[in-house]
Amino acid sequence: MERNLHKQLGNMKKSLFDQGYLDEQFIQLEELQDEANPNFVEEVVTLYYRDSARLIQNIEQTLENNPLDFAKLDNYMHQFKGSSCSIGAKKLKNECTQFREHCKTGNGDGCKRTFQQLKKEYAALKKKLEHYFQVP
Amino acid sequence: MGSDCSSIGAEELHVLAVDDSLVDRKVIERLLKISSCKVTAVESGRMALQYLGLDGEKSSVGFDELKVNLIMTDYSMPGMTGYELLKKIKSSSKLRQIPVVIMSSENILARIDRCLEEGAEDFLVKPVKLSDVKRLRDVILRGDENDEKKGSQKRKLNDLLPTSSLACDLTSLKSASAASQQARLKRPRL
Repeated sequence: MERNLHKQLGNMKKSLFDQGYLDEQFIQLEELQDEANPNFVEEVVTLYYRDSARLIQNIEQTLENNPLDFAKLDNYMHQFKGSSCSIGAKKLKNECTQFREHCKTGNGDGCKRTFQQLKKEYAALKKKLEHYFQVP
Repeated sequence: MGSDCSSIGAEELHVLAVDDSLVDRKVIERLLKISSCKVTAVESGRMALQYLGLDGEKSSVGFDELKVNLIMTDYSMPGMTGYELLKKIKSSSKLRQIPVVIMSSENILARIDRCLEEGAEDFLVKPVKLSDVKRLRDVILRGDENDEKKGSQKRKLNDLLPTSSLACDLTSLKSASAASQQARLKRPRL
């Protein structure tokens, strides 16, 4: 039975990596887990989603302004990118970079488009990780 | 181990980590704890200075008890940047000897140069790895060990003077030449 669960976990992890959702940093975090701290990665990810929800909301609100405050948007995205990077969220990291590029060129539409994509990835990763952590 | 009470006991560094990101603070804390370091994590440069006793307010605990062996700070923080924190620490006679490491998600050469010029011990690109922390720890511990050795060597030399042969020779040479000079001056010119 346990072998099956192990396999399931292994497959899930592999697909997360193959599909580019996660990168090496996630593995680094897993290596920080031990018997005394067996849920470290889950704790960090939970903290990430809780903390970044606020940022996502701020960005959403700021994108509704007219004209757009690109400096503010860039600042929020810099923070969001940082945390995403820290948990190994590869796709999200790339979306953040794209968003910041649009900020630099003052491309409001580009920002909005990228942000929609980013929100999708953000939600998708959350689901996948929730599933991943559920396997004992 | 030396009996000097300021030496690091049992290879345990006390690290002050400064980062405005909650997630990054959690990660750096774990990295440091795994590397057998004591950690105090704060969210801003101002809080770091307060903790170090450099923010006007006198901390209730004596400085030695809070003794920080290493400061690791994020570069981009609202209010006071890591660079500004670095400058403040390096311009304090009380704190300048504490090594400061800057962490940044942005690998900008000019930024790195600026920080190193200002006296940063190292510049780490985020995300910080366990190998980075372990390497730092070893460097700091070795550095402290070297300071210990230098300190004790100095003490030994002071104890040995004037019986240490080299010092003796120099002293005698010095006094000999001074004496001969004086003698020349004193001899009346006939």
